[in-house]
Amino acid sequence: MAEASSWKKKLKNNATGYLFLLPTILVLGTFLFLPVFYSLYLSGHKVNLLGDVSYKWIGVNNFTRMAGDERAWIALKNTASFALFVVPLQTAFAIMLAVILNAKLRFKNFFRIVFFMPTVTSSAVLSLIFMWIYNSNGLLNRVLEFVGLHGYNWLGDPAVAMKAIMLMNIWSTAPFFMVVFLAALQDIPDALYESAMLDGAGAWRRFISITLPLIKPATFFTVVMGIIGTFQLFDQSYIFSAGSGGPNNSTLTVALLIYQYAFKNLDFGYASALAVMLAAVIMIVTLIQRKLFAEEKLN
Amino acid sequence: MVFQQSKWGKAILYFLLFAYGCVTVAPFLWALSSSFKPLSEIVSGGINFIPKEFTLQNYYDIFVKEPLFLRWMYNSALIAVVATVCNTLFNSMAGYALARIDFAGNKIMFILILAVQMIPGQLTIVPAYLIMKQLDLLNTYAALTLPMMANATFIFMMRQFFLSFPKELEEAAEMDGLNRFGVFFRIALPLAVPALAAQTIFVFMGAWNEFLKPLMFMSDKSMFTLTLGLNTFKGQYISHWNYIMAASMVFTLPALLIYAFFNRFFIKGITFTGGK
Repeated sequence: MAEASSWKKKLKNNATGYLFLLPTILVLGTFLFLPVFYSLYLSGHKVNLLGDVSYKWIGVNNFTRMAGDERAWIALKNTASFALFVVPLQTAFAIMLAVILNAKLRFKNFFRIVFFMPTVTSSAVLSLIFMWIYNSNGLLNRVLEFVGLHGYNWLGDPAVAMKAIMLMNIWSTAPFFMVVFLAALQDIPDALYESAMLDGAGAWRRFISITLPLIKPATFFTVVMGIIGTFQLFDQSYIFSAGSGGPNNSTLTVALLIYQYAFKNLDFGYASALAVMLAAVIMIVTLIQRKLFAEEKLN
Repeated sequence: MVFQQSKWGKAILYFLLFAYGCVTVAPFLWALSSSFKPLSEIVSGGINFIPKEFTLQNYYDIFVKEPLFLRWMYNSALIAVVATVCNTLFNSMAGYALARIDFAGNKIMFILILAVQMIPGQLTIVPAYLIMKQLDLLNTYAALTLPMMANATFIFMMRQFFLSFPKELEEAAEMDGLNRFGVFFRIALPLAVPALAAQTIFVFMGAWNEFLKPLMFMSDKSMFTLTLGLNTFKGQYISHWNYIMAASMVFTLPALLIYAFFNRFFIKGITFTGGK
């Protein structure tokens, strides 16, 4: 009797458990899990979209093709330099803002709300606003002239077009990570700072030897999320260059290149191979980061 | 506190706070001010934030020149609302099952949910398009809502939330004869409102601001969302920055207002998801 009822209960639990999970399994299964394997499959094929979708196995051709694809290398270089420039700066700005907001100041809640505004605004709108500011006749150049510097053709000059997107990106993402650091800072007990002060440590010294080590998990999170985010840069490049990655390929990112190959050239196989490479790069960078941080914790 | 509360120290901090506040607000104010200026003033390239000649004509014009504007707004709102309602419900159900129901494969499902979080978005866009094409869902609302109906990060968050939740309440309710669904909908869900609120805002904003998915899935202009419509609009009125800024403001102000009202949930939501 007891055995039968426990068996029945188990069955009931299994049924209820999977019923609760059913929508999730369907959605994530179809639109996240399946696509991963589908992209691996696509990356080894030539895809024909006319009429019914059909595939032709071409082995590693899509991958070997990348070596000779000049635009792929440009896109990778642009994306990597974007990440190298943006991630450290957005992290530094986020820490700086969080430290300031964590001090006992008046109106800090007000400023926190203000600082966070770019984060809730869509990248499409922000891109348009900044295109207007970066216009050669626009606000930024006028302000630069006003303080005696010369302006640039921010959107049309290949030498600075990507810099313009970088500046905007740091401006719009730093406040998000600021909140992560704020939470981490609030967990640091005041007593630590007080005893350091008694030992005569100055503000900079306290920041270096107390704050930075204790917010390391938040820093790790920010750097990893920052790398993932910057490697996937799409919206801003697309809108700034009207989809071309110009001027002269200077704002071409890997994500934009994938989009162009898939939806302009209808070369879905090659686009998938590029996406697989991008995903591999992101994962390797994340793993290296994780390893570095984990090792430091042991020492 | 890193800083001592000396007079000078404080003055510097207030200065930095104010300076960065200006850096943040200036682009928004500039866009707002441009949206109230006539084209002649825009072209002259002055840097006055207060329009010399204040006009509401731009706002009127954009709706006349682009009759689809209201339609795009409706599309965006509909997609965001459907995605948000389904997303919060399904995430909570999944999180609850993972935290509370002892079914075979619970651990494996949890590991899969964690693994799914690591999949970079770029890897899924090309196959997602082909899947939509083969399901014949391109240019439908389903194409944008279906993929956004569950989210691994928030499932994880809900699981952690329900784990930290006192079991006694649910056990008492079960004694009173409620089944699992009754317990979930009448006891657990109502008590999860703070976690749901954070999620609601993030999912809504994410759907409302999405650019790449509508760009891929929607080619029929009447099915555009506001982000996509805005980009097309910019293409048509390329140097009419007064129109483009007015359209941007119409699109942004509702989101900023929602944010101003619910900002404390945002902060909570990030600390939920961020590194904890």
